[in-house]
Amino acid sequence: MMSLDCPHCGPRDENEFHYGGQAGVAYPAHETTDEEWAAYVFLRDNPKGWFRERWFHVHGCRTWFTVERHTVTHEIRKAP
Amino acid sequence: MRFTFDGRPMRGEPGDTLAAALLRNGVRVVGRSVALGRPRGIFTAGPEEPNALVRVGADPMLAATTVELHDGLEAWSLRGKGRVNLDAVALGAVDLDPANLDPANLDPANLDPVDERRCDKGYLHCDVLVVGGGPAGLAATVAAGRSGARVILVDEQPRLGGDLLNSRVRLDGAPGPDWAAGLDLPARVLTTTTAVGCYDHGYVVAVERRARGERLWHIRARRVVLATGAHERSLAFPGNDRPGVMLASAARAYANRYGVAPWRRAVVFACADSGYEAARDLEAAGVAVVAIADPRDGQVVTGTTGDADGVLDGVLIAERPGKERPGEARAGVRRVEAELLAVAGGWNPAVHLFGQARGRLRFDEELQAFVPDGPAPGVRCAGACRGVYGTREAIADGYAAGTEAAGGSAHGLRVPSCEDRRQRPHRPPAALWLVEGDSDEPAFADLHRDVTVADLARATGTGMRSVEHVKRYTTAGTGADQGKTSSAVVVGVMSALLGTAPGQVGTTTFRPPYVPVSFAAFAGRDRGELSDPVRTTAMHDAHVARGAVFENVGQWKRPRYFPLDGESMAQAVWRECVAARTAVAAMDASTLGKIDIRGADAGAFLDRIYTNVYSTLPVGACRYGVMCGADGMVFDDGTTTRLAADRFLMTTTTGNAAAVLDRLEEWHQTEWPELDVSFTSVTDHWATVVVAGPHARRVIAAVAPEALGLAFMRYTDAAVLGVPGRVFRISFSGELAYEVNVPWPYGRALWEAVLELGAVPYGTETMHVLRAEKGFAIVGQETDGTVTPQDLGMAWIVSRRKPDFVGKRSHARPDTARDDRKRLVGLLPDDPETLVDEGAQLVGSPGGPMLGHVTSSYRSAALGRTFALALAARVVPGDRLTAVSGGTASPVTVVAPVFYDPGNERREGEPLTDAPPPPRVAVPRRESPAAPFAARFAAAGTDAVRLRELPFEPMWEVRGADPGGEGTVLRLGPSWWLVCGNVSPRAHWVDVSGQRTILELSGPAAEDVLVTGCPVDLHPSAFPGHAQTLLGRTSVVLERRAPGVHRIYVRSSFTRYLAEWLLDAMEAL
Ligand SMILES: [Zn+2]
Repeated sequence: MMSLDCPHCGPRDENEFHYGGQAGVAYPAHETTDEEWAAYVFLRDNPKGWFRERWFHVHGCRTWFTVERHTVTHEIRKAP
Repeated sequence: MRFTFDGRPMRGEPGDTLAAALLRNGVRVVGRSVALGRPRGIFTAGPEEPNALVRVGADPMLAATTVELHDGLEAWSLRGKGRVNLDAVALGAVDLDPANLDPANLDPANLDPVDERRCDKGYLHCDVLVVGGGPAGLAATVAAGRSGARVILVDEQPRLGGDLLNSRVRLDGAPGPDWAAGLDLPARVLTTTTAVGCYDHGYVVAVERRARGERLWHIRARRVVLATGAHERSLAFPGNDRPGVMLASAARAYANRYGVAPWRRAVVFACADSGYEAARDLEAAGVAVVAIADPRDGQVVTGTTGDADGVLDGVLIAERPGKERPGEARAGVRRVEAELLAVAGGWNPAVHLFGQARGRLRFDEELQAFVPDGPAPGVRCAGACRGVYGTREAIADGYAAGTEAAGGSAHGLRVPSCEDRRQRPHRPPAALWLVEGDSDEPAFADLHRDVTVADLARATGTGMRSVEHVKRYTTAGTGADQGKTSSAVVVGVMSALLGTAPGQVGTTTFRPPYVPVSFAAFAGRDRGELSDPVRTTAMHDAHVARGAVFENVGQWKRPRYFPLDGESMAQAVWRECVAARTAVAAMDASTLGKIDIRGADAGAFLDRIYTNVYSTLPVGACRYGVMCGADGMVFDDGTTTRLAADRFLMTTTTGNAAAVLDRLEEWHQTEWPELDVSFTSVTDHWATVVVAGPHARRVIAAVAPEALGLAFMRYTDAAVLGVPGRVFRISFSGELAYEVNVPWPYGRALWEAVLELGAVPYGTETMHVLRAEKGFAIVGQETDGTVTPQDLGMAWIVSRRKPDFVGKRSHARPDTARDDRKRLVGLLPDDPETLVDEGAQLVGSPGGPMLGHVTSSYRSAALGRTFALALAARVVPGDRLTAVSGGTASPVTVVAPVFYDPGNERREGEPLTDAPPPPRVAVPRRESPAAPFAARFAAAGTDAVRLRELPFEPMWEVRGADPGGEGTVLRLGPSWWLVCGNVSPRAHWVDVSGQRTILELSGPAAEDVLVTGCPVDLHPSAFPGHAQTLLGRTSVVLERRAPGVHRIYVRSSFTRYLAEWLLDAMEAL
């Protein structure tokens, strides 16, 4: 059970949150090719190491926020 | 203390473990091994026990070395591979091998004893958690506590002291246990509590064994100090499994701690100095130590001899001339008569929890053991568990660890004096794992799993080099003991077989739990009615009283149908359908998700979320909408109404309400934060009754006369039974229909009034039939995440004018645009009585490709026959298909998916002709969500804790700046407030008075109740006064009103669940 530091509520147990996947995947603002659109919808990074990802404090303040998590050690640091 | 073992009456002493008591009663054989059926005795004095496994009550397998004796305890030995469910045997599902059968297990009285345990869990928080109450752990606790940290100490024993309890070490001149008992520990101390898992971010799970049932503690610590000690190990030599072969430390513990030393003659196999300590203590207890075989002095044990029962009666000792060579004869083998062979093979630091925390290990050549290679994140070891042996050394190390973990500086720490009994200089343990013997007796590496050296040799002989592979091939280390005494032996034997160093072989991965944990403990309070929260509507009790048959929709209980006397489901649904199509019927639709959407950009936001247009919707109008994911697939549907220029009410499907709200907030917060829009769930605030049927106006005229003139797809605020409510003219059945809403407390009164006026109650099954007759798809039934609106034949709802909406681009992908996708069609079975199975596959010809599947299938009263909906590719109306399911093939014909009233001529219903019933204006009785619990709450109250509902508290959710002013204002999130009390609401506040109710828990033990289900830190230094969090398995707002007074704001639909949960927790105090 990880502990996530909600920017509004402070540290809470992981099961108060929903996972939001990779951060920084912006909704395409312009015309896209089929490949570009498919990449937006379906493709995500899966690194071994530091990963910018989103969490949603669903059972708390209902805030979306971004953290950096190390996918091997689960070390978490504030996203720059 | 009286107890029985395999039915034989015995006596033990208070403080005994079952193992100690068995030894006291001369029991030497406690069971037979799992695979080979060899007699086995007690091997250890702790949780590492591989042999002495027993059944006690409902616990099918416990280590006798960990069972505290109590009067009347009944224990049974285990033989073979465990208990067999005889019912399963009778069904032929289990092959019963008589060789593995325990006669006791055939006694029906012994089968499936009722588990009376009441397990639960608890959440604790601290700065420093110390695991292990031996010298190092006690010292760490003192140091951390005196540094000002909040400290928790857990220890698996009933008494603190760790190895001091088993030894004769004196500290400051007093017996070790007295020194431990005399410590002033500035900590919360949990004894008989075993830490079983060490997870990310200082999260440790521990099991407290209590008389009424285990409690699973979830402890969040800033820093963890592991002082888990070390386990003595054995080594592999022939006949090393006989009853009478025991770890030297265990023999010493039985003699010193329990005063049990039922051996006349003993041999000590001392590969490490601790063997001499055991020998001294055994001598002191009156046991004659007739030989000490020390490999470091050239002597090894090469075998054992046994009596007729296989119990140890002699030990073979050989001179060991230097390096061992297989098959080489030894000089001077002699047999020494003995009843006990105490094996001191060396020590393994108990690094299990450290390993779980991903701590790195290294093999220490001096200690001949794996030890922590520095700390792990937030976790460090102290004392024997990092290879620091000796009482004074462990205490000093514990002080250092505790001080460092607390980040402070403790004063007045003194290491007590400790007399050293060592008679010879310290020597490192022998690097000996395997002794070749002269007998045919197997040499065991893992006693629990019956894995021998020969088995390991077979594994390495096949080419396996990884200890993980050998573990899985031989099952070594996979027993209930998880290889605590065997893993080092397996690694050592492998290194000997492979000719490598143990450090090269490495260890297997340490995984939780450290000791076996019962499923009852994991389940805790989440069992039976509380296993999953059940959500109920304001009308639930009325449905129960009418004999409704319920179905689960998400977590909701919804009436599926309302059978009258003797009616089958088919008969009841037929009758309900007829009522809705020919007269008037009513359904509880309170479970539909309702989201209040406000802000200047609310319309623009909805345009981006739905496939159709909302920004141009007139005030007072309703519009059906479909929302897709970015992948273009249907995600949810429902009707959204414009209440005001800047205000909409969205409805969602019952099962998707939470997911839709989550998604709206996600798009708003992460993609379009510039839009002025906010979302408030009002699902529980409004109780909803659908009144449907050609005569619906007769009911509406009485309950909400102001709404009589409402046009189709329009909404109005209206007095409902004299109470401010809302009426929508929406139809999911094709008939004239109204959705009538009142605040939760009036829901039941509305339902009763509607039925009194002649509406026939109907459930979800009838709703499904009626909508399917109209060809309306249900999200989750006709859709499965691979279906677009176009696939459902709803291209008309997908805007071509809007520049964008979520999913639009995906509808232009080649895959979603191809014209041979499965589409929604209707099916008519050739035989009008045949009900095809939902899920049946559709084929064009026998053996042909599958074209699709049946999604819905019903008997229709309106059509007088069966019909179905399906998703199928490359079919057109008129095609003849076969629906195949479960070996049955039913011919069907494809038709358009609208079976009833394709011209929508029914939805205006019948005009009011004769005089309608007079309007009902007397304000009805209101009922709060916890009203049915009032008497039980009162009865459960004690001086320690009381529970009551504070009903009908006015509440509003407010966005923006702190509303301040009168009443209670709780900040729920950024720019999000809950205002409670009798205050005058401002214009933009959302009334949520019916959304939640307040349960007040008070008394000195209130917090003890809350910690069994609330994961946040309730300590005054950490708890901000209120928080949105979890309690049990539901979301709540928890507010500390005053010391010992907590208010729990719970969703109305979850109130029954939480009330039952709180009552259970109060009873369990
Ligand atoms: Zn939060």
